[in-house]
Amino acid sequence: MDIQFVERNGNLIAKIRGEIDHHTADKIRKSLEDEFSESTAKNIVFDFAHVGFMDSSGIGMVIGRYKELQKTGGRVFAINIGPEISRIFDISGLRKIIPCFAGIDEIESESGRGM
Amino acid sequence: MTENQMNLTFLAISENQSFARATAAAFASQLDPTVAEINEIKTAVSEAVTNAMIHGYEGVETDCFVTMRCHLTTNREIYIEVEDFGRGIPNIEQALEPLYTSKPDEERSGMGFTVMSEFMDDLQVQSSPSGTIVKMHKKMV
Ligand SMILES: Nc1ncnc2c1ncn2[C@@H]1O[C@H](COP(=O)(O)OP(=O)(O)OP(=O)(O)O)[C@@H](O)[C@H]1O
Ligand SMILES: [Mg+2]
Repeated sequence: MDIQFVERNGNLIAKIRGEIDHHTADKIRKSLEDEFSESTAKNIVFDFAHVGFMDSSGIGMVIGRYKELQKTGGRVFAINIGPEISRIFDISGLRKIIPCFAGIDEIESESGRGM
Repeated sequence: MTENQMNLTFLAISENQSFARATAAAFASQLDPTVAEINEIKTAVSEAVTNAMIHGYEGVETDCFVTMRCHLTTNREIYIEVEDFGRGIPNIEQALEPLYTSKPDEERSGMGFTVMSEFMDDLQVQSSPSGTIVKMHKKMV
């Protein structure tokens, strides 16, 4: 698992490459927390383009960021969700609280319309 | 397709979560499953194995092992058992409920068993204070 960050227009985009399970979710949480506290971003965007696998440990990690950002009025989004990740988003109810978009441009144009 | 069986015992460390699910997926590939089915088997195994490690063997400092048994039938079915020799589940009914977790302060969603039962055709849990066996079954389309 490897994670890269890009900050753009108030969004910290976390590009994760690999599989998200209990073993890697902890590492993702730690590096995301560090990066977010050092950034000026308000929101977190998970980029799932290169995530081929996620189990319930990933669900917990994403919900954890959602709860954390709720305290500061920030939001958590997901982009580039493939069929495998989409399935787990549906079953877990994650889709109801984490808005999913095709890409970062779609999030920015939504925010532009006062989201 | 012939009958086939496989048993695997591995150390309860988080590095082996991906090893166990990849092994189950490789074995199940003999049934010529779809990409979606392989993902379902991988995810269900990952849930059961992770639970064995973080709940079953919670707080245990000595080396612990998890055993996974897979059985393929001529009818394109897979039976998977994941066994630990840990503390057991005191209330199975409650544990199976969606969103129930005994670790709410550790970013657990309580969705592991729900994922297993959604992704497999059948899920059974046997548990005692000396361990837990999770039995799953799935028939390929
Ligand atoms: N092998 C096991 N040994 C002991 N207790 C277990 C075992 N498997 C599950 N449990 C208990 O059942 C509960 C529910 O398990 P489940 O996988 O659904 O949720 P979780 O592991 O708490 O959270 P998540 O899987 O979403 O990260 C656990 O919180 C734990 O208390
Ligand atoms: Mg679990």
